[in-house]
Amino acid sequence: MSEQKLAVNEYLKTDSDYLRGTIQEGLDTAVTGAFSEGDQQLIKFHGFYQQDDRDLRNERKEQKLEPLYSFMLRARVAGGVCTPQQWLAVDEIASNLTSSNSIRLTTRQTFQYHGIPKRNLKTIIQDLDREALDSIAACGDVNRNVMCNPNPVESKLHQQAYAYAKQLSDNMLPHTKAYAEIWLDDEKLVTTEGEEVEPVYGKTYLPRKFKMAVAVPPDNDVDVYTNDLGFIAVADGDELIGFNMVAGGGMGSTHGEVATFPRLADDFGYIKAEDTLKFAEAVMTIQRDWGNRENRKLSRLKYTIVKHGFDKFKAEVEARTGIKFEPKRDVVIGDRGDRYGWKQGVDDNWHLTLFIEGGRVKDLPGQPLQTGLREIAKIHKGDFRMTSNQNIIIAGVAAADKEQVESIARQHGLLGKLITETRGHSIACVALPTCALAMAEAERYFPDFLTKVEALQEKHGFLDQGIVIRMTGCPNGCARPFAAEIGLVGKAPGRYNLYLGASFEGTRLNKLYRENIQEAEILAELDALFARYVEEREEGETFGNYTVRSGVVAAVNDAAKDFHG
Amino acid sequence: MLLKELSSLASPLSAGQVDKLKQLTAELSAVQLAWVSGYLAATSEQGVTGVPQVAGSNEAGTEQVITILYGSQTGNGRGVATELAEKAQAQGYAVNLTSMGDYKTRQLKQESLLLLVVSTHGEGDAPDDAIELHKFLNSKRAPKLDNLNYSVLALGDSSYEFFCQTGKDFDSRLSALGAKAIAPIVECDVDYQEQAEQWQADVLEAVKPLVQSAGASVVSIASSQTVTSSFTKQKPYTAELLVSQKLTGRDSDRDVRHVEIELGESGIHYQAGDALGVWFSNSNELVSELITALSLDENEQMTVAKESLTLRDALTNKKELTQLYPGLVSGWAELSQDAELLSLSADKALTREFINNHQVADLVKLYPAKVTAEQFVGLLRGITPRLYSIASSQAEVESEVHLTVALVEEERDGVSRFGGASRFLASAEEGQEVQVYVEPNNHFRLPENPDTPVIMVGPGTGVAPFRAFMQERAAQGAAGKTWLFFGNPHFEQDFLYQTEWQQYLQSGELSRIDLAFSRDQDHKIYVQHKIAEQGEQLWQWLEEGAHFYICGDAERMAKDVHQALLDVAVKFGNKTPEQAAEFLEELRAAKRYQKDVY
Repeated sequence: MSEQKLAVNEYLKTDSDYLRGTIQEGLDTAVTGAFSEGDQQLIKFHGFYQQDDRDLRNERKEQKLEPLYSFMLRARVAGGVCTPQQWLAVDEIASNLTSSNSIRLTTRQTFQYHGIPKRNLKTIIQDLDREALDSIAACGDVNRNVMCNPNPVESKLHQQAYAYAKQLSDNMLPHTKAYAEIWLDDEKLVTTEGEEVEPVYGKTYLPRKFKMAVAVPPDNDVDVYTNDLGFIAVADGDELIGFNMVAGGGMGSTHGEVATFPRLADDFGYIKAEDTLKFAEAVMTIQRDWGNRENRKLSRLKYTIVKHGFDKFKAEVEARTGIKFEPKRDVVIGDRGDRYGWKQGVDDNWHLTLFIEGGRVKDLPGQPLQTGLREIAKIHKGDFRMTSNQNIIIAGVAAADKEQVESIARQHGLLGKLITETRGHSIACVALPTCALAMAEAERYFPDFLTKVEALQEKHGFLDQGIVIRMTGCPNGCARPFAAEIGLVGKAPGRYNLYLGASFEGTRLNKLYRENIQEAEILAELDALFARYVEEREEGETFGNYTVRSGVVAAVNDAAKDFHG
Repeated sequence: MLLKELSSLASPLSAGQVDKLKQLTAELSAVQLAWVSGYLAATSEQGVTGVPQVAGSNEAGTEQVITILYGSQTGNGRGVATELAEKAQAQGYAVNLTSMGDYKTRQLKQESLLLLVVSTHGEGDAPDDAIELHKFLNSKRAPKLDNLNYSVLALGDSSYEFFCQTGKDFDSRLSALGAKAIAPIVECDVDYQEQAEQWQADVLEAVKPLVQSAGASVVSIASSQTVTSSFTKQKPYTAELLVSQKLTGRDSDRDVRHVEIELGESGIHYQAGDALGVWFSNSNELVSELITALSLDENEQMTVAKESLTLRDALTNKKELTQLYPGLVSGWAELSQDAELLSLSADKALTREFINNHQVADLVKLYPAKVTAEQFVGLLRGITPRLYSIASSQAEVESEVHLTVALVEEERDGVSRFGGASRFLASAEEGQEVQVYVEPNNHFRLPENPDTPVIMVGPGTGVAPFRAFMQERAAQGAAGKTWLFFGNPHFEQDFLYQTEWQQYLQSGELSRIDLAFSRDQDHKIYVQHKIAEQGEQLWQWLEEGAHFYICGDAERMAKDVHQALLDVAVKFGNKTPEQAAEFLEELRAAKRYQKDVY
């Protein structure tokens, strides 16, 4: 053991009796809507975060009321696929048991609820459980929801890729029975001495969160390089034969701390499909053993790889699996957006991708989105697929049912509104008022901001071209802003850092261009850059590539050196 | 009485004692004075214990005593009885003034002159301190009272069905037991002052041939009678409002205020459990609405209670505009000659219902009539102050007094109607003047022993006095356990003083809290359900000598809690329902079961 003091969370995990802590006591304490400080860390492993309405903090203090605490619960839905029946349950919970009365589709292909009072947590988890849904390990220092390209068009390939995503998800689940005991009223099991409760994770789980994704080229909607561990499908015809494995990506960083930085994953090489789980477990256990447990800001896999060096890390993976990487296969990494509207799959079924602004499924004036999806779920025979761009696909619609689905979608404002390419490629995180980390607005402000950017694009005559724009309220990076052609990361209310230069496909990070500026300055900068771009761009050159080629920002090839350099 | 006016002539003290007192009080700050007054009150209570009930009485043989008993919930009855005692004493009579709650029923046989002032609450209920005597007179144990002369002043509210019922009961029972009324019962409505004065004069006239007056008799004020302030309902103190802070969250469907009032150098002292009387003015909007609706001239001069003023002034400051009474409904029916209102006002139940759901402004809007300003004002009752249970202890807030005020608001046909005083307080600005006085409530007091556990049931604004209790106990460093039951519709929006309870829990000054948020789940949960749920623990506390307090709604909550308590006694005390009822009666008699309900 190092002499360095471990991070507080490490002791919490050690003493938690495999994630139980005093969560049960916290549930029984009716005088507050909060959990104790220690339990606030542990509940993340159970899939939810404690938050409070930051807009109301001061007001409630004067009212002699505690902050308006509520919980954000995130489900675990590998690959974002759920049945209509599951969707109906998810929808009903949102309406009955949350104060936000909405479902938030996330950037990691799952849904989350905001505004759950503590007293409703147990009911929600039990309701989800009845539909074979859970929130185990949706947050916390464990493997998070596994993403998978939801492309239903190449249905056969997708089917196989999804099967791997599901296996990875199931395999990396914590084994502790704490979740079942606390939330599902399972009998408390007595842990006997020496018993291996968590054969892979151990008592202290991982040093930090761990994210995995499976991509099916040419789509890169899952933004595979931003994950700790990524698998890029390699196919022979419509048979999935293996993956190019990538590892060491991650967005989170801290303003002003140059030791922290976002990073894209390294290419490790090709592995056979049947060895996937072996490799995943090897990478995860190396991170478990080598990862930094003293400083949580430097504990993601990316720092472990940088610290030990790529070659040493790769050798360790090969040693633990007993298998050598083959050279990576040639694949085309393409678009990160979704394919909106109707698309016909190879199996002749139809798939409808609906744009959900900000991922917020809610009944809005004139646009009863939540009702619309509910009505579709009532008659739909295929499945629902949540995308990594916070949208939803009504997948597997028979030709005969197409008209009915479309008519419901139109009636409820889910279809029919034209969106620009830029809006269709852009995402924002939740931020204020609920997220404790947010320093500035994102979801609530982003749609208006985009309208202004669209006006600039129109002014410069390239509105038909998509730019990947992403906004987050903090540098933690839930909307993967450092992999955006235009990245905006909150610094303070109304103030953002402006990042430029990522590639359209998500294969190169962006770099800080202007710090701590307000909307007017942001728009003025973009106005000038757009003018130069249309003047100077080369044939087919994307905005991100242009800003690098023209020297507006330097290219970030090696994040550890270049991002702050 | 102000200290500088203190003289041996106006007090039972000798000139030397007066000087000493003056000397001492001159050195004291307002806070010290408040403390001393509490100290003296407590000392006098202990001193009186064991003294024969009737001071300087029959034993002397030559002198007859007038016994004045009062049964009072809000202090009005006690006020009238005290005035009467003072007047009687001034005329040289020996007087024994006492609360019915402190009166020994076996004394009744020996009385020759009994004057009673008693109020009625809710559905014809007796005030808490009158329950026992009321029951006794109605029981077989009641003695023949052939030698007794008596008279009853009944206080009530004519908007209730059983108007002055308790007074009527006393009158008919005493008469049935052979006692002779020296003056007929007088039934007073909410504006009782004039009738009460008349009755006081009448009975004092009627006792003349019956009792010899003997110069120097003193008023024997029973132990619980502690005059705490020279500011009264009639002579309130003009205080300054410091804060009117909303306590309910922005999504609450109710508006409850935390009001802080500065008593300055008034020297007003109150105890945890007391109430504050608050005079208020009606809102300008409401007054304007009425004047416009009736097409009257706001500047018209008129005389109200011998004072000359404009119609606007009369409506703003002198008349009750938010609460109706039957006389107003029938009077308005006569004026308007509206067939519907005439038939409504002829039916008691319908009138009652109408009164409960309407204000004066609704009445004149629904049933237009052509009236003069004089006619209109003549129909209205005088404005009366509202009583609020005090939510602070002077041990903590010194010269301030805090209230917990629910803004009464109802919407009818798109128009909001507010409670008079609550709107006044909720819309008051910092620094605004507000006229107040303390209404002592000796039937709602913390146990004298700080080690005695207390159980407090205070849903909604009923939690107010328990904030005072907690402040008091915390300041005392009391070791006794404390248990609060609180309830309201929603946890997030309506948890009054949430952060303060959390702090008391953390410091251990509050031992436990049980919460009933009625609308946070499918089925409604109220405090009585929590009491039932915690029955075993609660019984244990009672066994350990805990005092049990209820504050809040009388109509439903207090009854449901009482029933829950009976059930606890049956279930965990192994009692029959009759024994349980007896047990609670014993608790009440021992001052271990106290209510402040309204």
